[in-house]
Amino acid sequence: MPQIAQLAETYASQIFWLLIFFGFTFFVIGRGMVPKVMDTVALRDKQIADDLAAAQAAQDGAEEQEETWRQRENENRVSAQALISEAKAKGAANSEKKIAAAQKRLDTKLAEAEVRISDAHTSAMKEVEGVAAEATQDIVQRLAGAKVTKAAASKAVKEALAHV
Amino acid sequence: MAAEEGKVDPMHQFTIEPLFGTEKLLDFDGINLAFTNSAMWMAITTVLLTVFVAGGLKRELVPGRWQMAVEFFTGFIDDMLEANVGKEGRKYVPYIFSLFMFILFANLLGLMPLGVIGVHPFTFTSHFTVTGVLAIISFAIVLVVGFWKHGFKFFSLFVPHGTPLPMVPAIALIEFFSFLIRPFSLALRLFVAMMAGHVLLKVLSSFVIDGINAGVGIAALVSIPSFALMIAISALEILVAGIQAYVFALLTSLYINDAEHLH
Repeated sequence: MPQIAQLAETYASQIFWLLIFFGFTFFVIGRGMVPKVMDTVALRDKQIADDLAAAQAAQDGAEEQEETWRQRENENRVSAQALISEAKAKGAANSEKKIAAAQKRLDTKLAEAEVRISDAHTSAMKEVEGVAAEATQDIVQRLAGAKVTKAAASKAVKEALAHV
Repeated sequence: MAAEEGKVDPMHQFTIEPLFGTEKLLDFDGINLAFTNSAMWMAITTVLLTVFVAGGLKRELVPGRWQMAVEFFTGFIDDMLEANVGKEGRKYVPYIFSLFMFILFANLLGLMPLGVIGVHPFTFTSHFTVTGVLAIISFAIVLVVGFWKHGFKFFSLFVPHGTPLPMVPAIALIEFFSFLIRPFSLALRLFVAMMAGHVLLKVLSSFVIDGINAGVGIAALVSIPSFALMIAISALEILVAGIQAYVFALLTSLYINDAEHLH
């Protein structure tokens, strides 16, 4: 077994060169290069994480904006609805008022017309009575030869007309 | 001599051969620091590892395949430390990463079929002088961190929570020894796993060669099944190369967790 047979003559060389080469490996590769490699990895991980965070923030922002937009839209719709119903109410009130005014005017006209009609009727009836009374007087004089007073004639006419 | 050359010595692959520096240059009073084949493969491992990690240093936002591969390994070590030690574990990433990748590359390079082009791979993780040094470094870090953070309270590591009072001395003794054995188990596990796999492959390859030399009948009976087994075991060894590097790194991070948080 050379490891033991050659131990005395080779141990110093083995240890010496191992320390040289492993020392080089440790100081140049381990201490010099490995941290740089790991920095690169850390940098990349950080960049990926940052990008993901930025994307997440952008999405959150977009969602928030959409939410505010939706809210504004809803408010606008509500106010538009209110405007419409107010206008409707105003229009309805207006037309009601106009209708009421027109109704009143019509009512007064109707009342006046009725009064006029009844006046005309009354005067016409009076005339008819007068004419009838004179006619009655005339008829009675001619048929009976009797003279009837105007008052009696008109009384009889009134009685007769009441039965008509 | 010719007959001996035909024999495969499964242990020969672990022989350390000085390449240069055996003379005055690297010889200090009998302490010989010759540049050996083992040191050469450490150098190759270091160079390839440097090239590999440097290829992932492009620092692009959208990584290419190479950068992705390097980031996979750093992320793997980072996650392991995060899971085992927690937030404080991040500062050990350079060490655990170096340890894991160095062992992984060494294990895998030792398995490379470079013999076919005449280069003999040498698995320096199959030497306990090497795994021992790595284990001692890990253990030293555990001790330094433990005493630095907790002072003498670090000794409470040897008394698990809820130990009945009369049991404390016995438990403390057992825990103390299990703690002291850690660097040995760490070093031996890697060394033995690497050596066993390579010996097994060499033994099987000697079966293949000897079987072929012995004639067609024996070749069909011995060499072909042995070769099939070698292919399967080679695949297993690649797995073991990764697993052993992982186990070394994992256990080191668990021990560091003990030092950081006690029990």
